Amino acid sequence: MLVERHPETAAASTLVLRVADWPGHLAGQHVDVRLTAEDGYQAVRSYSLAAPADGDQVEVTVQRTDGGEVSPFLADDLADGDAVEVRGPLGGWFVWRPETPGPVLLVAAGSGVVPLMAMVRARAGASRAPFRLVHSVRTPDDRIYGAELRRRVAEDAGLDVTWIYTRKAPDEDRRGTGRLQPEDLAAHGWPPDFEPTCYVCGPTGFVEAAAAMLLAAGHDPDRVRTERFGG
Amino acid sequence: MSIVTRGFRGRREGADDRLPPGQYLTHDFPVLSAGPTPVVSRDEWTFTVRSEGGERRTWSWAELTALPVEEVTVDIHCVTRWSRLDTVWRGVSLDALLEDVESAADFALVHSHGGYTTNLPLEDLLDGQAWIAFEHDGDDLSPEHGGPARLLVPHLYFWKSAKWVSGIDLLVQDEPGFWEQLGYHDYGDPWREQRYQGD
Amino acid sequence: MAGATYDGNLLAGPLAEVFAAEVTVAHARCAGCGRDSVVAELAVYGPDPGLVARCPGCSDVLLRLVRTPDATWLDLRGTAALRLPT
Repeated sequence: MLVERHPETAAASTLVLRVADWPGHLAGQHVDVRLTAEDGYQAVRSYSLAAPADGDQVEVTVQRTDGGEVSPFLADDLADGDAVEVRGPLGGWFVWRPETPGPVLLVAAGSGVVPLMAMVRARAGASRAPFRLVHSVRTPDDRIYGAELRRRVAEDAGLDVTWIYTRKAPDEDRRGTGRLQPEDLAAHGWPPDFEPTCYVCGPTGFVEAAAAMLLAAGHDPDRVRTERFGG
Repeated sequence: MSIVTRGFRGRREGADDRLPPGQYLTHDFPVLSAGPTPVVSRDEWTFTVRSEGGERRTWSWAELTALPVEEVTVDIHCVTRWSRLDTVWRGVSLDALLEDVESAADFALVHSHGGYTTNLPLEDLLDGQAWIAFEHDGDDLSPEHGGPARLLVPHLYFWKSAKWVSGIDLLVQDEPGFWEQLGYHDYGDPWREQRYQGD
Repeated sequence: MAGATYDGNLLAGPLAEVFAAEVTVAHARCAGCGRDSVVAELAVYGPDPGLVARCPGCSDVLLRLVRTPDATWLDLRGTAALRLPT
């Protein structure tokens, strides 16, 4: 049941759902949301959990897909108190556990940052593992969780965040615009000999390109975990 | 038991008496794929009909396009519920390809590059109901939509219209194809909403 | 693998309906080429008309899954072995 919704960007909203008997979850896991129309028509979509559970409340962040069947409905039309079916937590591969030692490199494009934000949030107060996040966005307005990430970086020496802008960068950003390059990961990631665990999430093309860069830089394939969400 | 989500309708615009039950109208051309898009050039493309006795007849691209080419305007209906109306195709009728093939078979199993298969009664490929299509809306059929050539059987759900078609086996006994092995209907009439086995 | 829309992480929900264990962390051996892959890293196409999981090496089909209104169909003929961590 929807209990709260707040916008993250013009195109993305976070939904807080109350799920009875929620068992808790690991950072990086997802849920399948099933919507049923009055005539029985159903649609199922997967959404990453954005934060550690708060009792029986869980958060997902939904990026609106133009012309989409489900995401505009969830992002705009679902009202407080409306019921949806939620199955989860799901997935055991693309997860980070606070007891895992060693540095972590998070690489995301667009709403691929959602499961990685769950890792950033799960780390706070639970682990001292140093985290670096490289987030590729189109414009400064597309920085999902931007304000919270800047606050966390200011308060926490163990967290670094770099935004890569593909269309429009802030004036003070000296990198300019363009897709993620190997140099971006060299400058803002971890060297392979630090043996970081790398999590890459985003549209398929981005994930394949970024994972290939990490492998070419010498990262162990066993420590590069990926999640693709189409596109 | 499913919980109904208030206000959720899915993508159902405009009722139209040309839309079979449960379908919605779309104006774009969604791409559904079960695997990587095969790269097949017209030079290497062939189409092979194999009869139930094992006799083979193969056409090259040049031989196919030397046959009478027809232009047809048809509505297409995907089992995933989208329909497109008045789509224009150019291709060769299966009648022209099958007329010289000796066969007493009742069923056909269609094969594609990349391993896809689909089954249907042989009679549904005949009498001006099916084509090997290589142009769509005035352009060469793109690889993502099945180019160089796909089967076009518009009176059945569109998964029967195999992309990247490479041949047809004529069979005495029906043999389920790629999706028909996993619960989809052996015939697939959109007007009777034959999506799944038992429908 | 180029062209796949998703990866095996998407299979977690549908397979949770069938298996007691979390299968996306299992290793699957391709019956075609013998390559060992974590299920979460298979190349997945779909979700409609059904989910098709292919080998990242040779692109052979390892797993197909279709949900009809009254059944789940699962085909694993392309998987030579599934190894689940215990």
